[in-house]
Amino acid sequence: MSALKNSVQKLFYYPSAVFGLFVVFLLVLLAIYAMLKIPYSEAIRLWRGGEDVWYQNPKFAAPAWINYFSSEKYAESFAVKTDDGSLSSEFTPGAEGTGTLVANHIFDFNYDTYPQDMILYFTSEFAEKQPFVSLEWLTPDGRIVRIANMAISRQFTYRFAQDEKLKARLKTDDIIASLFSDPETGSPIKGQYQLLLTGTTFEPGSLINAEFVFHGQVYGLAGTDHARRDLIVPLLWGAPIALAFGLIASLGSSVLTMIIAAVGTWYSGWVDELIQRITEINLVLPFLSILIMIGTFYSRSLWVILGATIALSIFTGAIKGFRSIFLQVKESMYIEAARAYGASGPRIVFLYLIPRMIPLLIPGLVSSVPAFVFLEASLALLGLGDPVLPTWGKIIQDANSNGALYRGYYYWILEPTVLLMFTGLGFAMLGFALDRIFNPKLRDA
Amino acid sequence: MNATPNKLLQIEKLELHFKTRAGAVQAVDGVDFELDSNRAVVILGESGCGKSSLAKAMLRLLPRNVDKYEGKVFLQGAEVMAFDEEEFRKNVRWLGISLVPQAAMNALNPVIRVGEQVAEPAVIHLGLSKAESMSLVHKMFQHVGVPLDFVDRYPFELSGGMRQRVALAMALVTSPNLIVLDEPTSALDLLTQANIMNVLKRIKHELGTSFILITHDIATSSELADEVAIMYAGQIVETGHARDFFPAPLHPYSQMLMASVPRLRSDSDPMFITGQPPSLINPPKGCRFAARCPFRFEKCDEEPPMFGKNGRKVKCWLHA
Repeated sequence: MSALKNSVQKLFYYPSAVFGLFVVFLLVLLAIYAMLKIPYSEAIRLWRGGEDVWYQNPKFAAPAWINYFSSEKYAESFAVKTDDGSLSSEFTPGAEGTGTLVANHIFDFNYDTYPQDMILYFTSEFAEKQPFVSLEWLTPDGRIVRIANMAISRQFTYRFAQDEKLKARLKTDDIIASLFSDPETGSPIKGQYQLLLTGTTFEPGSLINAEFVFHGQVYGLAGTDHARRDLIVPLLWGAPIALAFGLIASLGSSVLTMIIAAVGTWYSGWVDELIQRITEINLVLPFLSILIMIGTFYSRSLWVILGATIALSIFTGAIKGFRSIFLQVKESMYIEAARAYGASGPRIVFLYLIPRMIPLLIPGLVSSVPAFVFLEASLALLGLGDPVLPTWGKIIQDANSNGALYRGYYYWILEPTVLLMFTGLGFAMLGFALDRIFNPKLRDA
Repeated sequence: MNATPNKLLQIEKLELHFKTRAGAVQAVDGVDFELDSNRAVVILGESGCGKSSLAKAMLRLLPRNVDKYEGKVFLQGAEVMAFDEEEFRKNVRWLGISLVPQAAMNALNPVIRVGEQVAEPAVIHLGLSKAESMSLVHKMFQHVGVPLDFVDRYPFELSGGMRQRVALAMALVTSPNLIVLDEPTSALDLLTQANIMNVLKRIKHELGTSFILITHDIATSSELADEVAIMYAGQIVETGHARDFFPAPLHPYSQMLMASVPRLRSDSDPMFITGQPPSLINPPKGCRFAARCPFRFEKCDEEPPMFGKNGRKVKCWLHA
């Protein structure tokens, strides 16, 4: 124990180890936060959700914080509704069972770009007579634009941009631009806009609920993808999945490799021969092609791929490396002494050979974590990602298949990439420092 | 010769040959040997004469290049050469015979605390729990004179002498009847050597253990020895009681070996034996020492048998 404590203390002499530990620590925090903030089932529901889940979000929206770095300010998205009072409304009963609903939403618009879209979702309750709604648009320069008058059914969606009558009245093809710009100059007017909604019901008990969705150009912390999904979900959830995949694959394959190498070396003879021949065959088998075949013909589940990865990573060159060291250790006096006092084969393998190797195992184990994290991302990019789980690789695949880079959606590629790079950097730096501490050949005098 | 039950150890025509590219090395070539309980025998001989191989052959600790491994070994009347590997491991190693290996200070697992290390044989063979074995370890540490608070140390935290004692404690922990000590004091300073010898004497006295002490250190070994066996070129050339042997060795090789020990305050130079021991790959036909022997005569071209005389045995035509 004191030796382990000693090694951990030594870690802090190396700035790279401190940095690596810090990054790994942050990733672990991120993973824990993700799992607490968005439970697994919720994450899957959100990731697999379509328009019905994500209708409030714009498509291809960059993260909101790019406004801090851009001279041109992009419109931020929002959504308000009468249900929860975020869209303020007042209902006044009138004569003979009629009623009037007045809802208005005043918001600041200080951006240089127009929003993608504006949509009103209505739900209403009535027996026979449909409620009636009229919409007005108040601009900062004092104009009042009449938008539409319409009877609304139980479920009714009004899309500003697609109203042909409004297009004719405003004499424009781009309603959204025309609503936010000066009719003379055509440039956006900044200031307070107001949407005024006046509804009339004609029956007692008849109700109108409205939701105003403003699809801006930017959204939230991470932006959205082609399916309006908030990228924060896969970015957060990618962390525990990447860490689990990387750590399990790395730990599983290196520990099994070491045990098999130790068993082969100790028992020698045909056991060793068999292990060596399997290794040599496995070394010439195309790793990625086999994974692609498994993904195509059998299952793309992350856990199946993880199992296959571990199985294929056991009999690799590492087994030869371990074997060469075990062959040396096997000849040491204390092993012969252990044989002399009657220690059985398994006891020698697990209590005498393997503990000697653990210091050499740890650095390699830590440094191989990013390789497996990248492997998962690469498989996702090849279309072999888990169909259910939100991972960093899946984001890159979606971005790639939607042409994110040449359409200028850099955030979409860069966010998961930066996280992948940090994961790699953190584990690599920690691994290098551990190697220096545990590998006697690299130990500082 | 059949097994005599009252003998602790009987070895008959034990042979251990190693395969090498140049041919078979006859490291142990027809060794006969007997030992009673509570006796210490010292096997003396120069480097490369097969002493350590004899120890390994007794415990069946064979390397991979064994060419021939034959003979009979009776341990308390039981023919252990007939045991299979697993039986041998369970019954002979450490329950019958313990070994303190050559350079015993390196014989400790560097990643196990010495307390646990000493307990290992007891855990393996007696199936003791950790707590039970620890009290045994404490007892063993007292026997060999290791401070009890050393149980939690790692081997590298101990001095060479202490490690030697720990290795000895490990050999004692299953209370075997016979302990083979392969050069137990070779790497230690004189004071520590004396100390270890005293420990061995006390253990022999208190526990009634028998020892086979393999060494080339004649002076130190004479402290403990009840009997002496001289080994030359894979064979035992002389055996006898220590009190008879040390004043008057019979075999010319034994005589010259004894003469090579430097004497205190004497003007005479220590003797040395000219020439080299014969190659064990292709040993000479007759007496193996003939080539270096000053008393050589015609008979020496034939291999001499063991001649018995007053409880002493010697493999030399001079004593026919």
